Amino acid sequence: MTANIQLNAEGKLKHFITIEGLSKALLTDILDTAESFVGVTDQQIKKVPLLRGKTIVNLFFENSTRTRTTFELAANRLSADVLSMSISTSSTSKGESLLDTIRNLEAMFVDMFVVRHGISGAAHFIAQHTAPHISVINAGDGQHAHPTQAMLDMFTIRQLKPDFTNLRVAIIGDILHSRVARSQIQALNTLGAAEVRVIAPKTLLPAHVETLGVNVSHNLTEGLQDIDVIVMLRLQKERMTSALLPSESEYFKCFGLTESKLKLAKPDAIVMHPGPINRGVEIESRVADGPQSVILRQVSNGIAVRMAIMSMAMQPQGSLQ
Amino acid sequence: MNKILIEHGHVIDPANAINATAPVYIADGRILSVNTVPADFTPDTVIDASNRIVCPGFIDLSTRLREPGQSRKATIKSETRAAASAGITAMCLHPDTKPVIDTAAVAELIKELAEKADYPQIYPIAALTQKLEGTELSVMLSLKQAGCIAVGNANQPIKNLLILRRAMEYAASHDLLLIFRPNDYWLGNKGCAHEGAVATRYGLPSIPEAAETIALDQCLELAELTGCRVHFGQLSSKRAVIKLHQAIKYGMNVSADVAIHQLHLTEDDMIPFDSAYHVLPPFRSEIDKQYLHQGLANGTLTCICSDHQPHDIDAKLGAFPETEPGISALETLLPLMLKLVKQHTLTLDQGIAALTANPARILRLKSGALTPGFPADICIFDPDHAWQVNAANWQSQGTNTPYWGRTLTGRVTQTLQAGRIIYSN
Repeated sequence: MTANIQLNAEGKLKHFITIEGLSKALLTDILDTAESFVGVTDQQIKKVPLLRGKTIVNLFFENSTRTRTTFELAANRLSADVLSMSISTSSTSKGESLLDTIRNLEAMFVDMFVVRHGISGAAHFIAQHTAPHISVINAGDGQHAHPTQAMLDMFTIRQLKPDFTNLRVAIIGDILHSRVARSQIQALNTLGAAEVRVIAPKTLLPAHVETLGVNVSHNLTEGLQDIDVIVMLRLQKERMTSALLPSESEYFKCFGLTESKLKLAKPDAIVMHPGPINRGVEIESRVADGPQSVILRQVSNGIAVRMAIMSMAMQPQGSLQ
Repeated sequence: MNKILIEHGHVIDPANAINATAPVYIADGRILSVNTVPADFTPDTVIDASNRIVCPGFIDLSTRLREPGQSRKATIKSETRAAASAGITAMCLHPDTKPVIDTAAVAELIKELAEKADYPQIYPIAALTQKLEGTELSVMLSLKQAGCIAVGNANQPIKNLLILRRAMEYAASHDLLLIFRPNDYWLGNKGCAHEGAVATRYGLPSIPEAAETIALDQCLELAELTGCRVHFGQLSSKRAVIKLHQAIKYGMNVSADVAIHQLHLTEDDMIPFDSAYHVLPPFRSEIDKQYLHQGLANGTLTCICSDHQPHDIDAKLGAFPETEPGISALETLLPLMLKLVKQHTLTLDQGIAALTANPARILRLKSGALTPGFPADICIFDPDHAWQVNAANWQSQGTNTPYWGRTLTGRVTQTLQAGRIIYSN
């Protein structure tokens, strides 16, 4: 894949499905563009007319209040018309009906789909089969990718630690099921981070995880050494019932981020979490709400970064003229 | 009395160690002789096989023709036509039709449909367990009497090893061959890709090699315990080849095949999220592929099958994990085998044996060779004919193949089944 499907003939962003295959220059461009939108969100009138007259459909086959809301706000602030649809996956368990859903919406003169789906490859599939003028933004597909989340994380990191080449980043928790982790790892490696480390028990790591370009640790105490950025991942309750972990409390004991564990990282380390957080499971409240936490900053940055990605993906259609 | 002479062709008949230009004489649907001119032979039909290879018709150990039950994907008529055009003169049909081949009636229906399609040599594999549910034994003897050539449980799990043991004991009592694709259902974890770097990168649910090797080990132990004849289908991994090699060395009477596409494609060849590459067992690593090649070359794996699984368009239209696995593979079987010969993985003799004499031996069929008295199942092909895989050159109702649009070399010109010309181009 996939650079080709995401980029138009001039190498500009057309869809945003995955970080894989995108250049450092393009990722940097997204971050710079997002920077220019930060001002917009601080204004009294929080709108720019970049996507006026455009119709964006948020197509959520999986529930997510936060991601959907920030996409809606981002689209609103670009002056687009936004329609958000939550579709139960049971009605689209077959590809043909997923495609039918897309075709029906296309017929309503949509310009962009923002898609979240529980199956890896769904956004890619939609991008391949949708009408050529429509852009597709992946808002999370299965265990594959969540590239806008990764970009807002990169944006947040860059605000606080501008030089990626010095950074050692630890991603902690359920890497196996995490589309966020996969996209973060690709983004960090593309932007030239010194090290990406994943810390988890073997049950929560995909096979051959090192092929993603990471170092691996099964021990939080050792793994936090020299770390500048800590990314905690959410632990789903299902992981206990599917025999990946014995109990929440044992997980917290081994991999939960506490104040004392945090001290093992660099003193100025920042703590991130894509949310929603499970207090007392993967992270202690005192850390989540503490001075090193940038979790809420991530949420606010989500709007500017998504504005940047949406406007850039629409650019090839001439909407920024 | 219909007499056919195939002349000027290069005959390759591994079972009879023939590899030479020679005439083939056919009468009454049977091989009369190769090379030796029979007395008083005046052919009714002469086939000029100049620059062609003449070999026994191919015997495909693993196919799904989708009928009964899924004729929107394919029919016995459409797929036997595709088989004929591909030089395949006999096919084993897995029991996961709808309804399942667990009653004599279904087996007889398939035989009847095959007769109607003018392609009688379809051999149903009987379900090992009722409805393939893995819990109760099927009526294996009745199924055998209705024309089933072996037993198997398609890709469905057997509930536990005690049931598998009993099923194998019962199959052995009736001298039935078990055709078994080793796959531990639980370890497979409903995966759709090889547990390797590619599945990790794309977040695809994955199937470890151990799902295959553990099931293989268990079945080998039970073969030893029960005395059941076992043929393993569609091995895909390095360690499975090693284990099977050891078992054969140890003296076990077991055999195995490999699906033709596994000998050519690996996880690295997959175009990500392209459902044409969604196949079970999944495309594994380069090392696995090399061991499959070695296994064929050293005789651990004796057969190549197409593992033909035609699909309708909708079955392959969706996000990768949601699509149905399988490749429409009858028509690419010969060219992909020839590609292995060109790559020096196999000799042409070995390649043809893997499609003819070896599967015939495993199925105990009197075919797969040009032995006088055997049915005249013959494939004549032009090994140098390049053709594009496209709608104009394609017979199967399923167009689901990663080779769509590609140019392959080697094309069948005539196929004879029991002395009838069932394909001629």
